[in-house]
Amino acid sequence: MSIIKTEHLSYVYGEGTPFRKVALDDINLEIDEGELIGIIGHTGSGKSTLIQHFNGLLKATTGKVYVDGEELFQDKSRLRDIRFKVGLVFQYPEYQLFEDTVYKDISYGPKNMGLDEAEIDRRVRETMRLVGLKEELLQKSPFDLSGGQKRRVAIAGVMAMEPKVLILDEPTAGLDPHGRDRILGMIKEYHEEKKSTVMLVSHSMEDVANTVSKILVVNDAKIFMFDTPEKVFARVRELDSMGLTVPQITRVFDRLKESGIEFDDEVYSTGYAKKLVLRLLQEKKEK
Amino acid sequence: MIKDITIGQYFPGKSVLHRLDPRIKLLLTVLYIVMLFSASGFSGLAIGIVFLVFAFAISGIPIKMMVKGVKPILPVIIFTGILNLFFISTGDVIFSLGFIKITDDGLSTMIFMAVRIVFLICGTSLLTYTTSPIALTDAIERVLSPLKVFHFPAHEIAMMMTIALRFIPTLIEETDKIMSAQKARGADFESGSIINRAKALIPVLIPLFVSAFRRAEELALAMECRCYRGGEGRTRMKQLKTTYLDYIALAVTVLFLVLIILANIFIPI
Repeated sequence: MSIIKTEHLSYVYGEGTPFRKVALDDINLEIDEGELIGIIGHTGSGKSTLIQHFNGLLKATTGKVYVDGEELFQDKSRLRDIRFKVGLVFQYPEYQLFEDTVYKDISYGPKNMGLDEAEIDRRVRETMRLVGLKEELLQKSPFDLSGGQKRRVAIAGVMAMEPKVLILDEPTAGLDPHGRDRILGMIKEYHEEKKSTVMLVSHSMEDVANTVSKILVVNDAKIFMFDTPEKVFARVRELDSMGLTVPQITRVFDRLKESGIEFDDEVYSTGYAKKLVLRLLQEKKEK
Repeated sequence: MIKDITIGQYFPGKSVLHRLDPRIKLLLTVLYIVMLFSASGFSGLAIGIVFLVFAFAISGIPIKMMVKGVKPILPVIIFTGILNLFFISTGDVIFSLGFIKITDDGLSTMIFMAVRIVFLICGTSLLTYTTSPIALTDAIERVLSPLKVFHFPAHEIAMMMTIALRFIPTLIEETDKIMSAQKARGADFESGSIINRAKALIPVLIPLFVSAFRRAEELALAMECRCYRGGEGRTRMKQLKTTYLDYIALAVTVLFLVLIILANIFIPI
Protein backbone atom coordinates (compact mmCIF):
# COMPACT_ATOMS: atom_id res chain seq x y z
CA MET A 1 0.00 0.00 0.00
CA SER A 2 1.23 3.46 -0.74
CA ILE A 3 2.05 5.57 2.29
CA ILE A 4 1.92 8.88 0.42
CA LYS A 5 -0.19 9.53 -2.61
CA THR A 6 -0.96 12.71 -4.52
CA GLU A 7 -3.65 13.28 -7.11
CA HIS A 8 -3.35 16.16 -9.54
CA LEU A 9 -1.56 18.18 -6.91
CA SER A 10 -0.90 21.77 -7.94
CA TYR A 11 0.36 24.68 -5.91
CA VAL A 12 0.44 28.32 -6.92
CA TYR A 13 2.27 31.04 -5.02
CA GLY A 14 0.73 34.50 -4.81
CA GLU A 15 -2.49 33.73 -6.70
CA GLY A 16 -4.08 36.95 -7.96
CA THR A 17 -0.96 39.10 -7.60
CA PRO A 18 1.65 40.10 -10.17
CA PHE A 19 4.04 37.66 -8.44
CA ARG A 20 1.94 34.60 -9.29
CA LYS A 21 4.12 31.54 -9.74
CA VAL A 22 3.20 27.93 -10.34
CA ALA A 23 5.40 25.93 -7.98
CA LEU A 24 3.83 22.54 -8.59
CA ASP A 25 1.88 21.50 -11.63
CA ASP A 26 -0.34 18.42 -11.65
CA ILE A 27 1.76 16.07 -9.55
CA ASN A 28 0.61 12.44 -9.44
CA LEU A 29 2.69 10.32 -7.20
CA GLU A 30 2.59 7.13 -5.19
CA ILE A 31 5.24 6.32 -2.65
CA ASP A 32 5.35 2.83 -1.20
CA GLU A 33 5.98 2.07 2.40
CA GLY A 34 9.53 1.27 3.42
CA GLU A 35 11.23 2.84 0.44
CA LEU A 36 14.27 5.08 0.52
CA ILE A 37 13.65 7.74 -2.06
CA GLY A 38 15.82 10.54 -3.36
CA ILE A 39 14.14 13.69 -4.59
CA ILE A 40 16.32 15.75 -6.85
CA GLY A 41 15.73 18.93 -8.74
CA HIS A 42 17.34 22.23 -9.49
CA THR A 43 16.99 25.13 -7.03
CA GLY A 44 13.46 26.46 -7.44
CA SER A 45 12.19 23.35 -9.19
CA GLY A 46 9.51 22.88 -6.54
CA LYS A 47 10.98 20.02 -4.54
CA SER A 48 10.88 21.84 -1.21
CA THR A 49 7.32 22.95 -1.89
CA LEU A 50 6.35 19.39 -2.72
CA ILE A 51 7.57 17.89 0.55
CA GLN A 52 5.76 20.51 2.60
CA HIS A 53 2.53 19.13 1.15
CA PHE A 54 3.25 15.70 2.54
CA ASN A 55 2.74 16.78 6.15
CA GLY A 56 0.14 19.47 5.59
CA LEU A 57 2.33 22.52 6.11
CA LEU A 58 1.14 23.73 2.74
CA LYS A 59 -2.32 23.21 1.36
CA ALA A 60 -2.60 22.23 -2.28
CA THR A 61 -4.19 24.92 -4.46
CA THR A 62 -5.92 22.09 -6.32
CA GLY A 63 -5.66 18.33 -6.05
CA LYS A 64 -5.41 15.93 -3.14
CA VAL A 65 -2.76 14.46 -0.89
CA TYR A 66 -3.22 11.21 1.00
CA VAL A 67 -1.04 10.06 3.87
CA ASP A 68 -1.48 6.47 4.97
CA GLY A 69 -4.82 6.41 3.16
CA GLU A 70 -6.11 9.54 4.85
CA GLU A 71 -6.84 12.67 2.85
CA LEU A 72 -5.15 15.80 4.24
CA PHE A 73 -7.18 18.89 5.14
CA GLN A 74 -10.41 16.88 5.36
CA ASP A 75 -10.27 17.43 9.11
CA LYS A 76 -7.92 20.17 10.25
CA SER A 77 -7.67 18.82 13.78
CA ARG A 78 -5.99 15.73 12.35
CA LEU A 79 -3.11 17.73 10.86
CA ARG A 80 -1.01 17.54 14.00
CA ASP A 81 -1.26 13.75 14.05
CA ILE A 82 -0.33 13.66 10.39
CA ARG A 83 2.78 15.69 11.22
CA PHE A 84 3.80 13.08 13.77
CA LYS A 85 3.40 10.45 11.06
CA VAL A 86 5.38 12.37 8.47
CA GLY A 87 8.46 13.86 10.08
CA LEU A 88 10.01 16.71 8.15
CA VAL A 89 13.56 17.94 8.68
CA PHE A 90 14.01 21.33 7.10
CA GLN A 91 17.08 22.76 5.44
CA TYR A 92 19.69 23.88 7.97
CA PRO A 93 17.66 22.34 10.80
CA GLU A 94 20.27 23.39 13.38
CA TYR A 95 18.70 26.87 13.30
CA GLN A 96 15.55 25.56 14.94
CA LEU A 97 17.26 24.37 18.15
CA PHE A 98 16.01 26.32 21.14
CA GLU A 99 16.15 24.39 24.40
CA ASP A 100 18.89 24.72 26.99
CA THR A 101 19.93 21.10 26.78
CA VAL A 102 20.23 18.64 23.93
CA TYR A 103 17.99 16.25 25.85
CA LYS A 104 15.14 18.74 26.11
CA ASP A 105 15.45 19.74 22.49
CA ILE A 106 15.19 16.20 21.20
CA SER A 107 12.24 15.52 23.50
CA TYR A 108 10.27 18.55 22.23
CA GLY A 109 8.58 16.55 19.46
CA PRO A 110 7.81 13.44 21.54
CA LYS A 111 6.50 15.69 24.33
CA ASN A 112 4.12 17.35 21.87
CA MET A 113 2.89 13.86 21.03
CA GLY A 114 1.90 13.41 24.65
CA LEU A 115 4.17 10.47 25.39
CA ASP A 116 5.12 9.57 28.95
CA GLU A 117 8.52 10.29 30.48
CA ALA A 118 9.85 6.76 30.19
CA GLU A 119 8.99 6.52 26.52
CA ILE A 120 10.48 9.94 25.82
CA ASP A 121 13.67 8.93 27.61
CA ARG A 122 13.92 5.73 25.59
CA ARG A 123 13.44 7.60 22.33
CA VAL A 124 15.92 10.35 23.13
CA ARG A 125 18.62 7.82 23.95
CA GLU A 126 17.86 5.68 20.95
CA THR A 127 17.98 8.55 18.47
CA MET A 128 21.20 9.85 19.99
CA ARG A 129 22.68 6.46 19.19
CA LEU A 130 21.15 6.48 15.69
CA VAL A 131 22.68 9.85 14.83
CA GLY A 132 25.99 8.78 16.31
CA LEU A 133 26.26 11.17 19.24
CA LYS A 134 27.51 10.28 22.69
CA GLU A 135 25.13 10.35 25.64
CA GLU A 136 27.43 12.75 27.49
CA LEU A 137 26.24 15.46 25.14
CA LEU A 138 22.64 15.14 26.33
CA GLN A 139 23.02 17.62 29.17
CA LYS A 140 25.00 20.13 27.12
CA SER A 141 23.49 23.21 25.55
CA PRO A 142 22.85 22.62 21.85
CA PHE A 143 24.41 26.02 21.17
CA ASP A 144 27.78 24.77 22.44
CA LEU A 145 28.02 21.97 19.89
CA SER A 146 29.87 22.01 16.58
CA GLY A 147 27.93 22.67 13.38
CA GLY A 148 27.77 19.02 12.38
CA GLN A 149 26.71 17.92 15.86
CA LYS A 150 23.99 20.58 15.97
CA ARG A 151 22.60 19.29 12.73
CA ARG A 152 22.56 15.73 13.99
CA VAL A 153 20.76 16.81 17.16
CA ALA A 154 18.16 18.62 15.04
CA ILE A 155 17.65 15.53 12.87
CA ALA A 156 17.39 13.42 16.02
CA GLY A 157 14.62 15.76 17.22
CA VAL A 158 12.47 14.67 14.29
CA MET A 159 13.56 11.02 14.33
CA ALA A 160 12.52 10.80 17.99
CA MET A 161 8.89 11.21 16.93
CA GLU A 162 9.37 7.86 15.16
CA PRO A 163 7.49 8.99 12.09
CA LYS A 164 6.32 6.47 9.51
CA VAL A 165 7.86 8.70 6.88
CA LEU A 166 11.01 10.72 7.45
CA ILE A 167 11.69 13.51 4.98
CA LEU A 168 14.98 15.39 5.01
CA ASP A 169 15.43 18.56 2.99
CA GLU A 170 19.06 18.93 1.89
CA PRO A 171 20.46 17.36 5.05
CA THR A 172 24.02 17.68 3.78
CA ALA A 173 23.91 21.35 2.73
CA GLY A 174 26.95 23.26 3.86
CA LEU A 175 28.79 20.27 5.31
CA ASP A 176 32.28 19.13 4.39
CA PRO A 177 32.63 15.80 2.52
CA HIS A 178 33.31 13.96 5.75
CA GLY A 179 30.25 15.39 7.49
CA ARG A 180 28.21 14.69 4.38
CA ASP A 181 29.18 11.03 4.33
CA ARG A 182 28.39 10.67 8.02
CA ILE A 183 24.92 12.14 7.64
CA LEU A 184 24.16 10.02 4.57
CA GLY A 185 25.46 6.90 6.26
CA MET A 186 23.37 7.70 9.30
CA ILE A 187 20.23 8.09 7.20
CA LYS A 188 20.86 4.80 5.47
CA GLU A 189 21.36 3.06 8.78
CA TYR A 190 18.20 4.59 10.19
CA HIS A 191 16.29 3.36 7.17
CA GLU A 192 17.61 -0.16 7.50
CA GLU A 193 16.99 -0.34 11.21
CA LYS A 194 13.56 1.26 11.36
CA LYS A 195 12.25 -0.04 8.04
CA SER A 196 10.37 3.22 7.67
CA THR A 197 9.95 5.27 4.53
CA VAL A 198 12.67 7.87 4.06
CA MET A 199 12.82 10.68 1.53
CA LEU A 200 15.99 12.55 0.91
CA VAL A 201 15.83 15.86 -0.92
CA SER A 202 18.96 17.02 -2.63
CA HIS A 203 20.22 18.87 -5.64
CA SER A 204 23.31 16.73 -5.70
CA MET A 205 23.00 13.47 -7.58
CA GLU A 206 26.18 12.28 -5.99
CA ASP A 207 24.46 12.40 -2.61
CA VAL A 208 21.51 10.27 -3.56
CA ALA A 209 23.02 7.98 -6.19
CA ASN A 210 24.62 5.60 -3.73
CA THR A 211 22.01 5.87 -1.02
CA VAL A 212 18.52 5.52 -2.41
CA SER A 213 16.44 2.86 -4.12
CA LYS A 214 14.36 5.20 -6.26
CA ILE A 215 14.85 8.71 -7.54
CA LEU A 216 12.19 11.33 -8.12
CA VAL A 217 13.35 14.02 -10.49
CA VAL A 218 11.43 17.28 -10.23
CA ASN A 219 11.91 19.82 -12.95
CA ASP A 220 10.06 23.06 -13.58
CA ALA A 221 7.20 22.26 -11.17
CA LYS A 222 6.59 18.88 -12.79
CA ILE A 223 7.73 15.32 -12.21
CA PHE A 224 10.28 14.48 -14.84
CA MET A 225 10.97 10.90 -13.75
CA PHE A 226 10.33 8.59 -10.85
CA ASP A 227 12.40 5.45 -11.23
CA THR A 228 15.40 3.45 -10.12
CA PRO A 229 18.81 5.17 -10.19
CA GLU A 230 19.95 3.10 -13.21
CA LYS A 231 17.01 4.23 -15.30
CA VAL A 232 17.30 7.85 -14.16
CA PHE A 233 20.99 8.04 -14.89
CA ALA A 234 20.44 6.48 -18.30
CA ARG A 235 19.20 9.91 -19.29
CA VAL A 236 22.38 11.79 -18.50
CA ARG A 237 21.95 14.26 -21.34
CA GLU A 238 18.49 15.37 -20.31
CA LEU A 239 19.49 15.69 -16.67
CA ASP A 240 22.46 17.71 -17.74
CA SER A 241 20.28 20.08 -19.73
CA MET A 242 18.17 20.64 -16.59
CA GLY A 243 21.24 21.85 -14.82
CA LEU A 244 21.44 18.80 -12.58
CA THR A 245 24.92 17.55 -12.05
CA VAL A 246 25.06 13.83 -12.58
CA PRO A 247 27.77 11.96 -10.68
CA GLN A 248 31.16 12.44 -12.27
CA ILE A 249 31.63 8.72 -12.73
CA THR A 250 28.37 8.52 -14.69
CA ARG A 251 29.58 11.29 -16.93
CA VAL A 252 32.88 9.51 -17.57
CA PHE A 253 31.14 6.31 -18.58
CA ASP A 254 28.65 8.19 -20.72
CA ARG A 255 31.57 9.58 -22.70
CA LEU A 256 33.18 6.14 -22.94
CA LYS A 257 29.97 4.79 -24.39
CA GLU A 258 29.86 7.66 -26.82
CA SER A 259 33.38 6.88 -28.00
CA GLY A 260 32.35 3.37 -28.97
CA ILE A 261 33.01 1.16 -25.98
CA GLU A 262 30.09 -1.18 -25.62
CA PHE A 263 28.35 -1.93 -22.33
CA ASP A 264 24.72 -1.84 -21.27
CA ASP A 265 24.91 -0.73 -17.67
CA GLU A 266 24.48 2.69 -16.16
CA VAL A 267 27.32 3.55 -13.85
CA TYR A 268 26.77 5.82 -10.88
CA SER A 269 29.13 4.53 -8.23
CA THR A 270 32.88 4.15 -8.32
CA GLY A 271 32.64 0.66 -6.82
CA TYR A 272 30.49 -0.49 -9.66
CA ALA A 273 32.66 1.34 -12.16
CA LYS A 274 35.66 -0.64 -11.01
CA LYS A 275 33.86 -3.94 -11.47
CA LEU A 276 32.66 -2.92 -14.91
CA VAL A 277 36.11 -1.85 -16.09
CA LEU A 278 37.62 -5.11 -14.88
CA ARG A 279 34.90 -7.08 -16.65
CA LEU A 280 35.35 -5.15 -19.89
CA LEU A 281 39.09 -5.67 -19.77
CA GLN A 282 38.56 -9.37 -19.16
CA GLU A 283 36.23 -9.61 -22.15
CA LYS A 284 38.73 -7.82 -24.31
CA LYS A 285 41.47 -10.21 -23.28
CA GLU A 286 39.30 -13.20 -24.12
CA LYS A 287 38.64 -11.86 -27.56
CA MET B 1 -0.27 34.72 7.20
CA ILE B 2 3.00 36.33 8.13
CA LYS B 3 3.63 37.27 4.51
CA ASP B 4 0.70 39.70 4.56
CA ILE B 5 2.58 42.16 6.74
CA THR B 6 3.88 45.01 4.61
CA ILE B 7 6.54 47.26 5.96
CA GLY B 8 7.00 50.63 4.40
CA GLN B 9 4.58 51.53 1.69
CA TYR B 10 6.79 52.40 -1.20
CA PHE B 11 4.87 52.20 -4.46
CA PRO B 12 7.42 51.90 -7.26
CA GLY B 13 6.97 54.22 -10.20
CA LYS B 14 8.69 56.59 -12.57
CA SER B 15 6.69 59.77 -12.08
CA VAL B 16 8.20 63.21 -11.56
CA LEU B 17 7.58 62.84 -7.84
CA HIS B 18 9.46 59.55 -7.75
CA ARG B 19 12.42 61.16 -9.46
CA LEU B 20 12.73 64.16 -7.18
CA ASP B 21 15.65 64.35 -4.83
CA PRO B 22 14.50 62.79 -1.53
CA ARG B 23 15.96 65.71 0.41
CA ILE B 24 13.81 68.10 -1.58
CA LYS B 25 10.83 65.82 -1.02
CA LEU B 26 11.41 65.97 2.72
CA LEU B 27 11.58 69.75 2.51
CA LEU B 28 8.44 69.88 0.35
CA THR B 29 6.58 67.75 2.87
CA VAL B 30 7.57 70.09 5.67
CA LEU B 31 6.44 73.05 3.55
CA TYR B 32 3.16 71.28 2.87
CA ILE B 33 2.58 70.80 6.60
CA VAL B 34 3.36 74.49 7.13
CA MET B 35 0.84 75.24 4.38
CA LEU B 36 -1.94 73.31 6.10
CA PHE B 37 -1.25 74.88 9.47
CA SER B 38 -0.87 78.42 8.20
CA ALA B 39 -4.25 78.28 6.50
CA SER B 40 -6.56 80.07 8.89
CA GLY B 41 -9.77 79.55 6.95
CA PHE B 42 -11.44 77.27 4.46
CA SER B 43 -10.15 79.28 1.52
CA GLY B 44 -6.54 78.63 2.47
CA LEU B 45 -7.28 74.99 3.21
CA ALA B 46 -8.87 74.63 -0.23
CA ILE B 47 -5.66 75.84 -1.84
CA GLY B 48 -3.69 73.28 0.16
CA ILE B 49 -6.07 70.57 -1.01
CA VAL B 50 -5.69 71.66 -4.62
CA PHE B 51 -1.93 71.38 -4.18
CA LEU B 52 -2.20 67.83 -2.83
CA VAL B 53 -4.67 66.66 -5.50
CA PHE B 54 -2.31 68.08 -8.10
CA ALA B 55 0.64 66.23 -6.53
CA PHE B 56 -1.30 62.98 -6.33
CA ALA B 57 -2.35 63.32 -9.98
CA ILE B 58 1.24 63.54 -11.18
CA SER B 59 2.48 60.80 -8.83
CA GLY B 60 0.35 58.08 -10.44
CA ILE B 61 -0.49 56.58 -7.04
CA PRO B 62 -3.97 55.02 -7.10
CA ILE B 63 -6.63 56.79 -5.00
CA LYS B 64 -7.24 53.44 -3.30
CA MET B 65 -3.80 53.68 -1.67
CA MET B 66 -4.56 57.13 -0.31
CA VAL B 67 -7.81 55.93 1.26
CA LYS B 68 -5.94 52.99 2.77
CA GLY B 69 -3.51 55.39 4.41
CA VAL B 70 -6.26 57.41 6.07
CA LYS B 71 -8.27 54.48 7.43
CA PRO B 72 -6.13 53.68 10.50
CA ILE B 73 -6.34 57.23 11.85
CA LEU B 74 -10.11 57.49 11.40
CA PRO B 75 -10.77 56.96 15.14
CA VAL B 76 -8.46 59.87 15.98
CA ILE B 77 -10.30 62.13 13.55
CA ILE B 78 -13.68 61.16 14.95
CA PHE B 79 -12.48 61.65 18.52
CA THR B 80 -11.08 65.14 17.93
CA GLY B 81 -14.17 65.97 15.89
CA ILE B 82 -16.47 65.11 18.77
CA LEU B 83 -14.36 67.08 21.23
CA ASN B 84 -14.45 70.14 19.00
CA LEU B 85 -18.16 69.77 18.44
CA PHE B 86 -19.11 69.70 22.11
CA PHE B 87 -16.54 71.90 23.77
CA ILE B 88 -16.58 74.99 21.59
CA SER B 89 -19.26 77.26 22.97
CA THR B 90 -18.73 80.47 20.99
CA GLY B 91 -21.02 81.40 18.10
CA ASP B 92 -24.74 80.82 17.56
CA VAL B 93 -26.35 77.79 19.11
CA ILE B 94 -27.85 75.59 16.42
CA PHE B 95 -28.79 72.58 18.53
CA SER B 96 -29.15 72.02 22.25
CA LEU B 97 -30.20 69.13 24.41
CA GLY B 98 -29.89 69.61 28.16
CA PHE B 99 -26.36 70.76 28.87
CA ILE B 100 -25.14 69.83 25.38
CA LYS B 101 -24.90 72.81 23.09
CA ILE B 102 -23.75 72.66 19.51
CA THR B 103 -22.76 75.96 17.97
CA ASP B 104 -22.00 76.86 14.36
CA ASP B 105 -18.44 77.69 15.41
CA GLY B 106 -18.06 74.20 16.87
CA LEU B 107 -19.40 72.61 13.71
CA SER B 108 -17.11 74.54 11.39
CA THR B 109 -14.07 73.91 13.62
CA MET B 110 -14.86 70.24 13.60
CA ILE B 111 -15.00 70.10 9.81
CA PHE B 112 -11.91 72.26 9.48
CA MET B 113 -9.84 70.10 11.84
CA ALA B 114 -11.01 66.83 10.32
CA VAL B 115 -10.19 67.97 6.80
CA ARG B 116 -6.82 69.23 7.95
CA ILE B 117 -5.84 65.95 9.62
CA VAL B 118 -7.00 63.85 6.66
CA PHE B 119 -4.97 65.89 4.21
CA LEU B 120 -2.00 65.99 6.53
CA ILE B 121 -1.90 62.20 6.51
CA CYS B 122 -2.46 62.02 2.75
CA GLY B 123 0.38 64.45 2.12
CA THR B 124 2.90 62.73 4.33
CA SER B 125 1.98 59.30 3.03
CA LEU B 126 2.58 60.62 -0.48
CA LEU B 127 6.20 61.05 0.60
CA THR B 128 6.52 57.41 1.68
CA TYR B 129 4.63 56.19 -1.38
CA THR B 130 7.01 57.84 -3.79
CA THR B 131 10.30 57.45 -1.91
CA SER B 132 11.96 54.13 -1.21
CA PRO B 133 12.87 53.64 2.45
CA ILE B 134 16.56 53.56 1.58
CA ALA B 135 16.38 56.87 -0.28
CA LEU B 136 14.48 58.30 2.63
CA THR B 137 17.07 57.33 5.22
CA ASP B 138 19.73 58.68 2.91
CA ALA B 139 17.93 61.99 2.80
CA ILE B 140 17.43 62.00 6.57
CA GLU B 141 21.15 61.49 7.02
CA ARG B 142 21.92 64.44 4.78
CA VAL B 143 19.37 66.67 6.40
CA LEU B 144 20.62 65.81 9.89
CA SER B 145 24.31 65.98 9.04
CA PRO B 146 24.74 69.65 10.08
CA LEU B 147 23.95 68.45 13.61
CA LYS B 148 27.25 66.57 13.60
CA VAL B 149 28.73 69.76 14.98
CA PHE B 150 26.92 68.89 18.20
CA HIS B 151 28.18 65.28 18.04
CA PHE B 152 24.87 64.03 16.77
CA PRO B 153 25.56 60.64 15.05
CA ALA B 154 23.58 61.34 11.87
CA HIS B 155 25.40 58.81 9.73
CA GLU B 156 25.23 56.03 12.31
CA ILE B 157 21.52 56.55 12.85
CA ALA B 158 20.85 56.48 9.13
CA MET B 159 22.99 53.34 8.74
CA MET B 160 21.09 51.61 11.53
CA MET B 161 17.77 52.52 9.92
CA THR B 162 18.95 51.22 6.56
CA ILE B 163 20.16 47.94 8.04
CA ALA B 164 16.96 47.50 10.03
CA LEU B 165 14.85 48.04 6.92
CA ARG B 166 17.03 45.70 4.91
CA PHE B 167 16.63 42.88 7.41
CA ILE B 168 12.89 43.07 7.99
CA PRO B 169 12.00 40.83 5.01
CA THR B 170 14.83 38.47 5.89
CA LEU B 171 13.62 38.09 9.44
CA ILE B 172 10.02 37.61 8.35
CA GLU B 173 11.14 34.82 6.04
CA GLU B 174 13.18 33.31 8.83
CA THR B 175 10.24 33.44 11.25
CA ASP B 176 8.11 31.68 8.69
CA LYS B 177 10.71 28.96 8.27
CA ILE B 178 11.23 28.37 11.98
CA MET B 179 7.47 28.30 12.56
CA SER B 180 7.09 25.65 9.87
CA ALA B 181 9.95 23.65 11.33
CA GLN B 182 8.44 23.70 14.82
CA LYS B 183 5.00 22.91 13.44
CA ALA B 184 6.56 19.86 11.84
CA ARG B 185 7.61 18.85 15.35
CA GLY B 186 4.06 19.25 16.60
CA ALA B 187 4.04 22.86 17.78
CA ASP B 188 0.56 24.30 17.97
CA PHE B 189 0.28 28.08 17.57
CA GLU B 190 -3.42 28.29 16.85
CA SER B 191 -5.28 26.79 19.76
CA GLY B 192 -5.27 26.94 23.54
CA SER B 193 -5.38 29.84 25.98
CA ILE B 194 -3.41 33.04 25.48
CA ILE B 195 -0.76 31.87 27.95
CA ASN B 196 -0.35 28.57 26.15
CA ARG B 197 -0.09 30.32 22.84
CA ALA B 198 2.55 32.69 24.17
CA LYS B 199 4.44 29.68 25.51
CA ALA B 200 4.18 27.99 22.13
CA LEU B 201 6.07 30.94 20.65
CA ILE B 202 9.19 30.32 22.73
CA PRO B 203 10.53 27.67 20.32
CA VAL B 204 10.17 30.28 17.56
CA LEU B 205 11.50 33.33 19.37
CA ILE B 206 14.68 31.79 20.76
CA PRO B 207 16.02 30.52 17.42
CA LEU B 208 14.93 33.81 15.86
CA PHE B 209 16.91 35.87 18.38
CA VAL B 210 19.89 33.58 18.08
CA SER B 211 19.90 33.96 14.33
CA ALA B 212 19.34 37.73 14.49
CA PHE B 213 22.39 38.09 16.71
CA ARG B 214 24.37 35.78 14.49
CA ARG B 215 23.44 37.82 11.46
CA ALA B 216 24.33 41.05 13.23
CA GLU B 217 27.72 39.68 14.16
CA GLU B 218 28.40 38.42 10.66
CA LEU B 219 27.31 41.70 9.15
CA ALA B 220 29.47 43.72 11.53
CA LEU B 221 32.43 41.53 10.69
CA ALA B 222 31.81 41.80 6.96
CA MET B 223 31.55 45.58 7.24
CA GLU B 224 34.76 45.81 9.21
CA CYS B 225 36.51 43.59 6.70
CA ARG B 226 35.65 46.19 4.12
CA CYS B 227 37.08 48.88 6.34
CA TYR B 228 33.84 50.42 7.48
CA ARG B 229 34.47 52.71 10.40
CA GLY B 230 31.54 55.07 10.58
CA GLY B 231 30.62 58.07 8.51
CA GLU B 232 33.77 60.12 8.72
CA GLY B 233 35.39 60.65 5.36
CA ARG B 234 33.01 58.24 3.70
CA THR B 235 31.98 58.91 0.13
CA ARG B 236 28.92 57.44 -1.50
CA MET B 237 28.24 55.57 -4.69
CA LYS B 238 24.91 57.24 -5.37
CA GLN B 239 25.26 60.96 -4.92
CA LEU B 240 22.02 62.77 -4.31
CA LYS B 241 21.65 65.39 -7.00
CA THR B 242 19.16 68.18 -7.32
CA THR B 243 17.98 68.84 -10.87
CA TYR B 244 15.88 71.55 -12.47
CA LEU B 245 12.82 69.40 -11.61
CA ASP B 246 13.55 69.85 -7.92
CA TYR B 247 13.73 73.61 -8.27
CA ILE B 248 10.48 73.70 -10.21
CA ALA B 249 8.78 71.59 -7.53
CA LEU B 250 10.16 73.84 -4.83
CA ALA B 251 9.02 76.97 -6.67
CA VAL B 252 5.51 75.57 -7.16
CA THR B 253 5.26 74.65 -3.49
CA VAL B 254 6.44 78.06 -2.32
CA LEU B 255 3.96 79.65 -4.73
CA PHE B 256 1.12 77.71 -3.12
CA LEU B 257 2.31 78.70 0.33
CA VAL B 258 2.27 82.36 -0.70
CA LEU B 259 -1.21 81.86 -2.18
CA ILE B 260 -2.45 80.51 1.13
CA ILE B 261 -1.03 83.45 3.05
CA LEU B 262 -2.67 85.81 0.57
CA ALA B 263 -5.95 83.91 0.92
CA ASN B 264 -5.71 84.27 4.69
CA ILE B 265 -5.52 88.02 4.30
CA PHE B 266 -7.94 88.65 1.43
CA ILE B 267 -10.54 85.86 1.65
CA PRO B 268 -10.80 85.25 5.39
CA ILE B 269 -13.50 82.57 5.56
